[in-house]
Amino acid sequence: MVLNEQDYRLIAEIQGGLPLTSHPYAEIGERIGLDEKTVIQRIDAMLESGIIKRLGIVVRHHELGYTANAMVVWDVPDERLNEVGEKLGALDCITLCYQRPRRLPDWPYNLFCMIHGQEREKVLAYIDRLVGSEGLADIPHKVLFSGRRFKQRGARYQ
Amino acid sequence: MNRELDSIDRAILNRYQGGFPICERPYQAAAEIIGISESELIRRLERMLEQKQLSRFGPMYHAERLGGGLSLCAMRIPEEQYDQVTEQVNAFPEVAHNYARDHAFNMWFVLATETPERIGSVLEEIERRTGFRVYNMPKLQEFFIGLKFEV
Repeated sequence: MVLNEQDYRLIAEIQGGLPLTSHPYAEIGERIGLDEKTVIQRIDAMLESGIIKRLGIVVRHHELGYTANAMVVWDVPDERLNEVGEKLGALDCITLCYQRPRRLPDWPYNLFCMIHGQEREKVLAYIDRLVGSEGLADIPHKVLFSGRRFKQRGARYQ
Repeated sequence: MNRELDSIDRAILNRYQGGFPICERPYQAAAEIIGISESELIRRLERMLEQKQLSRFGPMYHAERLGGGLSLCAMRIPEEQYDQVTEQVNAFPEVAHNYARDHAFNMWFVLATETPERIGSVLEEIERRTGFRVYNMPKLQEFFIGLKFEV
């Protein structure tokens, strides 16, 4: 879909969240000069075309007790990348799984996935188990837990 | 101290991370599915926002489809300079998240720029200001989408 000027105003208006009132789309429309129906149609179209990936609750995993947030990085031979990526992506506990470029010689890892858990030990045990069950013992990996979080906010759009 | 989540809060979180009704009275439609009233759903969402269990209730945009640039970047910073470099990096409005991680590559942040071309120039500017190399690791392929926390 091609975004028009109104869409950009709508994108900026709802990025911080929908109003918690009984007619939220009407209220947004009032602020930017659109009627409720148009707001609903344009949001629908943006969801349909993937410009909005999801509309709903965005949780703060840290505050919900998911404090052990591990980035697991793998050095996967190129010819096995798709197989391993799909395997890992299908597992319940893995919430993101991306191929990224290696930066040799400093950084050999090309597959990144995120696991959010409530305790480090359990996350590590889970990774050990999946290395065994998925046949990944010969693929070097590293687990990077997050420490202090310095900045967390979504990207801002004007 | 935050009030603990009860079973209705959990049902709301588990049901509405993935999507939300788009109709004239979405909270009423959503509340009906959970089996509570519209006003109770709104009250519970307000409380969870206030207690910071939710960061927001709204859209998650696809940055690239909006025409923007997005990348994950990493740096190796000596411990004694970590705080200072963190301050320098976070001063850039394009830095969206910045996490410390326990590895020689100990600083990880997401850059979000208005255009893809801006990524390179912001990176160079961060390198110039901090004196350390920035490793740019943009997404090349995505194997899974969605970030859903069962609570």
